[in-house]
Amino acid sequence: MTGSADAPGRETVARAGAVTRGRSRLARELRAIALIGLKDLRIEWRNLDNLPAMLFFALLVLVIFSFAFDSAGLAFEHLGPGMLWVAFAFAGVLAFGHSFALERQADGLAGMMLAPVDPGSIYLGKLMANLVTLLIVEALVLPLCAVLFNARIDAVFWPLGLAILVHTIGFCAVGTLFGAMTARTRRGDVLLPILLLGLSIPLMLSAVRTTAAVFSDQPALREAAGAWLAMASIFDVIFVTAAVVTFEYVIEE
Amino acid sequence: MNPPPPAKAAIVARGLSRHYGPRRALDGVDLDVPQGAFLTLFGPNGAGKTTLVKMLATLIRPTTGSLSILGTDPGEEPDLIRQRIGLVGHSGFLYDGLTGRDNLAFFAKLHDLDDCRRRVAEMLDRMGLTERADDPVRTYSRGMRQRLSIGRALINDPDLLLLDEPYTGLDQAASRRLGDILSGIGSRGGTVVMVTHHAEEGLRLGTHVGIMDRGRLLHAQETAGLSRDALESLYRRVVEPVAS
Repeated sequence: MTGSADAPGRETVARAGAVTRGRSRLARELRAIALIGLKDLRIEWRNLDNLPAMLFFALLVLVIFSFAFDSAGLAFEHLGPGMLWVAFAFAGVLAFGHSFALERQADGLAGMMLAPVDPGSIYLGKLMANLVTLLIVEALVLPLCAVLFNARIDAVFWPLGLAILVHTIGFCAVGTLFGAMTARTRRGDVLLPILLLGLSIPLMLSAVRTTAAVFSDQPALREAAGAWLAMASIFDVIFVTAAVVTFEYVIEE
Repeated sequence: MNPPPPAKAAIVARGLSRHYGPRRALDGVDLDVPQGAFLTLFGPNGAGKTTLVKMLATLIRPTTGSLSILGTDPGEEPDLIRQRIGLVGHSGFLYDGLTGRDNLAFFAKLHDLDDCRRRVAEMLDRMGLTERADDPVRTYSRGMRQRLSIGRALINDPDLLLLDEPYTGLDQAASRRLGDILSGIGSRGGTVVMVTHHAEEGLRLGTHVGIMDRGRLLHAQETAGLSRDALESLYRRVVEPVAS
């Protein structure tokens, strides 16, 4: 077994056996992102391993807070946004941990790396699934929140939706990256919430402030909300970009 | 390894090393595998066989040394290699919560293969899993999981197939089926690297054998004329002095 390999160009490397569709690189990566995200959502939909636990956890937080504080005597904007985001954050921790427990069981990250898929696409696929899962929980929790705390969500539906979406993207971006980082560590279950919640403090502050402003009548607060939202959007862009670029090194053995 | 020079090499490795802190999982491996060869790797646990296979599968990078797989540098264009390789590893890369069919379809689609539905159905049939194709993988026996894992590795019709202990969990019928599949890959010019402790199968299928220990490839030769007794004697001669 001696001799050296030739260095064929792309033409000679073309598949001899399986026929690929020959899409553009961008189209293949976009498709891979969708496939990976839908794979996670399909597993969750069929098995309901995590969604009920997330929902239960989030509702529990709200119910405990509703008993602890006299919601009738306080406007929702004073206490509600904090409660809401505590519930979302804890549900998110469950989502991210479960998302990568799934991959650990199957050694799925290595399995996906065996396909001609950019590691950044694997990250974006996982992010997509986590985002959809958390948004579902948030959508189910919000009506209960309206009932328990007498919050007029219907009156602020669109600005509230925008605030939740922007901050949930950022939170999922951090959670998905740290979920992957901690998945292979010995104390990953402990490390994930510490890292995630620690790094998400600025985002959570922004989320609470923006949500409070949405429910507030004060013009000054509403103006500030625009700045918070812009900051959160920049956080989203920077963090998602950094995660896409570095994900290869995060998941490498 | 010193048979006649091949026309084209599927794998060329020079001074391949992988360090995990002070531990050297691979320590200066030189390897040339011609296209169409079937290399069986033997060695004790911790010899570096799995690390080598993972490196050939582009899952880990060498700390030092150079590597060319199917004429491509995995550090430069890993996707070109990933289109053309298949790996059966220790873990099956299978999702318990998905059906066997869904698992194969997921990987076929990730490879962006044409006519995924037909390809998946054929592979399930080839692996004898058609009847259980729509059951969740968590309900599969160990042998069925292993067969599905082999199907997953073959779904893209790889030019280089890497197998790490593929006979684990297979019954006799499934082992025969795997042997036939592997022979078929060889006959159509595909290259196979297999790590195994089954000397009989390794010799029967392999065109070449290699013996590894302590991260090094200690010996390599063609299997022609090599009996099981001769291989075992060679193994003892090569591995035991290093171990002692």
